[in-house]
Amino acid sequence: MKDVRLDFPLLRTHQDLIYLDSAATSLKPQIVLDAMNRYYTDYGANIHRGLYAISEEASSEYEETRQVVADFINAPSSQEIIFTRNATESVNLITYALGREMVDPGDQIVTTVIEHHANFVPWQQLAFQHDAEFKVIDCLENGDLDIYDETGRIDLSGIITTKTRFCALTLVSNVLGTVQPVKEIIKAIRAINPKTLILVDAAQAVPHMPVDVQDLDCDFLALSSHKMCGPTGVGVLWGRNEILAHMPPFLFGGAMIREVRIEETTYDESPHRFEAGTPDIAGVIGLKAAVRYLQGVGMQTLYKHEQELGATLLKQLQEAFGTKIRILGADSRLPRIGLAAFELEGCHPHDVAALLDEENIAVRAGNHCAMPLHARLKANATTRASLYLYTTHDDITKLVTALHKVHTRLCPSIKK
Amino acid sequence: MSIYQEIIMNHYHHPHNYGALPQPDADVNIVNTSCGDSIRVTVTSDGTTIRDVAFEGHGCAISTAAASLLTDHIKGMSFDAVRKLTTHDVLTLLGISLTPGRLKCALLPLEGIHRAINTLEK
Repeated sequence: MKDVRLDFPLLRTHQDLIYLDSAATSLKPQIVLDAMNRYYTDYGANIHRGLYAISEEASSEYEETRQVVADFINAPSSQEIIFTRNATESVNLITYALGREMVDPGDQIVTTVIEHHANFVPWQQLAFQHDAEFKVIDCLENGDLDIYDETGRIDLSGIITTKTRFCALTLVSNVLGTVQPVKEIIKAIRAINPKTLILVDAAQAVPHMPVDVQDLDCDFLALSSHKMCGPTGVGVLWGRNEILAHMPPFLFGGAMIREVRIEETTYDESPHRFEAGTPDIAGVIGLKAAVRYLQGVGMQTLYKHEQELGATLLKQLQEAFGTKIRILGADSRLPRIGLAAFELEGCHPHDVAALLDEENIAVRAGNHCAMPLHARLKANATTRASLYLYTTHDDITKLVTALHKVHTRLCPSIKK
Repeated sequence: MSIYQEIIMNHYHHPHNYGALPQPDADVNIVNTSCGDSIRVTVTSDGTTIRDVAFEGHGCAISTAAASLLTDHIKGMSFDAVRKLTTHDVLTLLGISLTPGRLKCALLPLEGIHRAINTLEK
């Protein structure tokens, strides 16, 4: 892959920074910042219904992003792309707009223990509020979902039933880094209950690998702009048109209506029905630039680059620390993106992250919005290093060298 | 300046008052929700002052050092004086300043001690 580091101004501002927190948010290339700046400086008017040139330009740039995002995830129509604030809001849009209509007492909502809270708490609360059963698919010690029979085939009997209204699945875990066999799981769900609506959380997948909603055969897919070189403040919900066409709105107000009278309000078509109020116009335009930037690099190329770097990260950590390190999900045989969440014997993740910061290395410590998974794998908290297209082999070597120093300073720890 | 000063590393590696008092008058557990750390604080008292105090649990260097220094500091102190201890006092004991992200670690032991006193006064 070509060297992209010059594309990212933050890496020029902080020349010594080793940024290993891309799973939290990615750095932004200059062309994304330029696109947003151009909106504000050249045509920063509100979109829709402004019958003058710069408003029309803003509308057309904003609407064009729908097509660009639709093409990027192979959605059949740009009308199926809804802009939200973030992936969390994308999930909540479904639980509020559809969930409240569809879930009755005794129904089931299924998710997994490896989810980010964004794809866990909204479903849990929906189930609790409607007296539905909240079923959580367990995982094994290596983090793989506990869905396989003795022959290694996916077996969801006993999990999915005729009462399963929704199933929420992550495509890539933000802690394990593993790419889940979501396409095969969806096939197994559909074989038992074709009416189950399936939402895929692709916030950690879309930035790192090619994602195709038609190939996955899901009903909804949530993604986040700021993890894929785009700005914060923008998320996307993709949904099948035949479902969105009948889905009631969730937020009411401006921009989502057709006609408002004192007695009655009628709503606009999807996706506008779901975008009440003035959206983050600059952000959406920035997302378009981000997608085009990633397409320029090539998602297949990026995925390969990350798989190679990710493997190097795991190998170097394991070689350096042997049994003193426990990397969550490292024993899985699933393909993975470039990240490692780990426990280092005798070293508290907060201290590890703070001491790495003294070496100019940015990592994250905590449970990464995945408390059920940490509890399941009996890890209090982990330190997570996550990579992206601008990460180099040198970054990883420096991380491992710095970790050695950190380990020496923190250990021998107190003997309790 | 690194927050991992010698005094902090010493208290982290060799914490004072580590363990649990055998017959405490107060025994509380407190959890830092941001990292899952928990500290148990045990206290004996004569009703108005701290006679002895101990702590145990899993914590980072900052929270362990803070607990070690703080438990030394409050022995023999009146409940009123302990209750008046603030963020500033803890940071003075540690001899560092902290970013908001780490302040919670440093303040966890004080929160535990305050809670222990509250149970004694009920």
